[in-house]
Amino acid sequence: MSGTETTGMPAPARRAPGARLLPGAAASEGIEAVLLSALALLVAFLLFGVFVAVQGHDPVAVHRTLWLGAFGTRFSIENTLTLAAPIILTAMATLIPARVGLLVIGGEGALIMGGLGAVLAGLALAGLPGLLGALLCCLAGALAGALWLALAGALKHWRGVNETIATLLLNYIAIAVMLHLVTGPLRDLAVPIKAQSWSIPEAFRMGDIPGWSVHWGLLIGVAVVACVHVLTRHTVTGFSMAILGGNRRAAQMAGLDIGRLTLLACALGGAAAGLAGAIEVVAVHGAASESLVVGFGYTGILVAFLARQNALAVLLVALIIGGIAASGGLLQRRFGMPDAATELLQGMIFLCVLASNALAGRLLPGRR
Amino acid sequence: MEGALGWWGVLIAVLGGAVRVSTPYLFVALGETLTERAGRVNLGLEGTLVLGAMTAFATSVLTGSPWLGVLAAGIAGLGLGALHAVICNLPRVNDIAVGIALFVFGTGLAFYLGKDFIQPRAEMLPGLALGTWSDIPAVQSALEISPLFLLGMALAFFLSWALRRTRWGLLLRMAGENAEAGRALGLSVPRIRLAATAAGGFLSGIGGAFLSLDYPGNWNEGLSSGQGLMAVALVIFARWEPVRCFWASLLFGGATALGPALQTVGITSGYYLFNAAPYMLTLLLLVWASSPRETLAGAPRELSISR
Amino acid sequence: MARSSITRRGVLSGAANVMTASAFAAMGGFRALAATEGTVGFIYVGPRDDYGWNQAHAVAAASIAEAPGISLVEQERVPETEEVARVMEGMIQLDGVKVLFPTSFGYWPFIQELAPKYPDVLFIHAGGLWKPGDQPNTIGYRGYMEEPHYLAGIAAGHLSKTGKLGFIGAKPLYFVFNNCNGLTLGARSVNPEATTQVVITGEWNNPVKEADAVNAMIDQGVDVICANVDSPKVAIETAERRGVMSVGYHTDQSDLAPTGFLTGAEWNWAKGGEFAMAHLADTEFPNLYRGGFARDMVKISPFGAAVPEAVRTEVLAARDGFLDGSLLLYKGPVSDNKGNTVVDAGTGIANDDNDFKLSVKWLVEGVIGETGLE
Repeated sequence: MSGTETTGMPAPARRAPGARLLPGAAASEGIEAVLLSALALLVAFLLFGVFVAVQGHDPVAVHRTLWLGAFGTRFSIENTLTLAAPIILTAMATLIPARVGLLVIGGEGALIMGGLGAVLAGLALAGLPGLLGALLCCLAGALAGALWLALAGALKHWRGVNETIATLLLNYIAIAVMLHLVTGPLRDLAVPIKAQSWSIPEAFRMGDIPGWSVHWGLLIGVAVVACVHVLTRHTVTGFSMAILGGNRRAAQMAGLDIGRLTLLACALGGAAAGLAGAIEVVAVHGAASESLVVGFGYTGILVAFLARQNALAVLLVALIIGGIAASGGLLQRRFGMPDAATELLQGMIFLCVLASNALAGRLLPGRR
Repeated sequence: MEGALGWWGVLIAVLGGAVRVSTPYLFVALGETLTERAGRVNLGLEGTLVLGAMTAFATSVLTGSPWLGVLAAGIAGLGLGALHAVICNLPRVNDIAVGIALFVFGTGLAFYLGKDFIQPRAEMLPGLALGTWSDIPAVQSALEISPLFLLGMALAFFLSWALRRTRWGLLLRMAGENAEAGRALGLSVPRIRLAATAAGGFLSGIGGAFLSLDYPGNWNEGLSSGQGLMAVALVIFARWEPVRCFWASLLFGGATALGPALQTVGITSGYYLFNAAPYMLTLLLLVWASSPRETLAGAPRELSISR
Repeated sequence: MARSSITRRGVLSGAANVMTASAFAAMGGFRALAATEGTVGFIYVGPRDDYGWNQAHAVAAASIAEAPGISLVEQERVPETEEVARVMEGMIQLDGVKVLFPTSFGYWPFIQELAPKYPDVLFIHAGGLWKPGDQPNTIGYRGYMEEPHYLAGIAAGHLSKTGKLGFIGAKPLYFVFNNCNGLTLGARSVNPEATTQVVITGEWNNPVKEADAVNAMIDQGVDVICANVDSPKVAIETAERRGVMSVGYHTDQSDLAPTGFLTGAEWNWAKGGEFAMAHLADTEFPNLYRGGFARDMVKISPFGAAVPEAVRTEVLAARDGFLDGSLLLYKGPVSDNKGNTVVDAGTGIANDDNDFKLSVKWLVEGVIGETGLE
């Protein structure tokens, strides 16, 4: 009992790993998780309604505007998808390490390193055909992010350094390194108004999905989620990770290579966040600058937890969180609310979802 | 060249900066120490700090009394701390995740309610002029000490003693070291943790009050640049010991003041790296002090991050 | 606190009172277009009441919205990412905005990308970056803030007891260096021994670092502080608390330092209102508009109590010099602080020579510090 309430690991990963392999158990677990999350969302929106009512706004109108801004029109949906794209990927930086029982919060740093890696690759590879160049930029970003978080994994495995604190510190260090480089050695002095790096070749820039004003990063994110889902649920490696995440001693006794799994999980998570950074560079900015530091990494943590560390659920959660962010502007413009309204609502949702974990196993009577 | 102190100026600036900048670190670190010694991690103290800063500033603006602001900040922090503890007392809830949620919630709430207070000016906390013996203005200024700093220092020594020597300290450590044994003795571990986390929130809120009502003495959304998050690392740096938290806070504060001070004597490049020095230092210390086989010396055994 | 939100709200509700009418008349030159109607959208990167960059724009927004028939939508704290493109599009599609004021430098590439899609919408960007080939429905406008910094430098040069000024720059950017040069040249025009210490904080908004920089500089004998950061509020209040003088930036900060405030360099972004009106009335507007006092793009804050009448007169005389072009900011001989001549004796740089100012990667003699760009 003492272990379950303070553990650093996400709650679902602590159950016997075998239980997940039984199809029936997984299905009921899934239904319950969906019900719990829906309930938590409902409570959070109710609480937010009470809050805005106290502030003198009409809660029904506010929620209607939230819907309008998030999903009400095609434009809103594109908005939501645009904002969801990066956080789908950064969520993986928390989600994959969570499979082996690590709590990594370093998506922000990995994203920045990924952006930096993409810029360096783009500068070095100038002259290559556009599509190849863009792909290599993305690969370089993923690699940079992977190495960055693998560092935390290595420190964890060989030095016992707590991964949560290490990745927190690595976030700040990544920001400092990037800002140092773009104001110094990598700075493009032809850009007068801000300190940013040299831009990658125009040919490497990634455009929008035809017919949509949403860039390709969204589909890349969906593809990554699919891969992560297959990896974690349908491969031996994924099964080994689940065993390690469920019970370290059992993993030892089963002869699993704990170091390899730890490093792999961190590196894969970092690669996803690094890819997010690379996409920001290739599809949005074309260069590295402080515009990369906007908290996508931190939002990713939130998304991973709201999705209960389930890769497919990340897609849905990212839509909800992206939708809230997308409608924040309307709340400001129509109700004169501070921009922090969306942050507050996200915080409320996060708290409610976490608290709802307490009901796990009790919602569907007779299952356990 | 009247008043030019050169490298002495850097030293004074760093020492003065250590005293001025350290206080929020100190309060949050003490709060986190209490929380963690009882066996919980509260990663949401950044949110608590920001909410405390806003509450203190707003209260001072509205009532004209900065000390009332400090109290209000403490109470706001107490509320967030208690919320953390109550949610974590539920089964199957992860304390670090709740901390991150409270970080988002606390800053969101502070930014939302604080919108109207970016513009006004608040009554500041008075400083104690301890440097009147010197006729060098820089020394006078460095020795204009905030009463909150002295309070924090005293609190560090008091908590250090209390954790070791009082019944209350023993109970707290029992909850953090071996909850099972505590339960066997008939203690309510959740209740102890509730008290410790709420008290930790109270202290962090006061740390926020220092930011908005003393130094730098302002409220806006960029006021905290992560001092609350850093304090969590600082506690590990200080190995969960209040007096060491005090010294570590001074070190972090001094490191913050080093960058600008060095520029005044001509060291003008690499300021981003100087700014990140405390983070690198902490990481290096963690690498040096950790071991894959045993937990960090001084780490409460029930703590998720020391497992 | 309720600086302008109340007036704005009043205007939005359609109350055409005496004040709004007179304020519009004060804008001058566009009374003929009083029938113009439309919605303008302002997008800020930070809080719009920050006593700084964003507030300078919000003040302009409020004054533009005072014109009859003009309504205003505003959104704050929009990051320089894909999000700003979405916000701009949202304002156009959902709020029917016809003129957009995206007010942060880094919004520019997103503006250029979006503008072709909405040729009926005018994008007015604070930054003066427009160049031939850029979209025709976009405008870059910007004030030469080095001119009011020069004027503030005159006051600082007269009133500093130690002859040491302190300048805090957020980032190593050309206009920050020009402002620092302007302040120093102004001070040295009245006190050739004056020096300016520079500290770069590296961030547009970091109150703790700004306060530390102020304290560190005061410890080195500096007694006038000027902070080129998003919100100079902390720097000015810290300077006031330590009993030294201060110079404002972006917007009027005179009430933050009742004893030590000298004057400040302010933008006149309300000029953008004229372009907005021209667009709504379907008349001509410039794509690029840059200037100092001569083109009414900048101003100085009200003098603080510390500035005696004689100094005020001298400062205002210098302003007249900028107005009629008789005073040049960079008038030879000018050397940088490494001893190189940057402007030869007997020559001068025209005040509107933007290419020269863009190329400024050096600090003038008397500045203690480096740009890190040479």
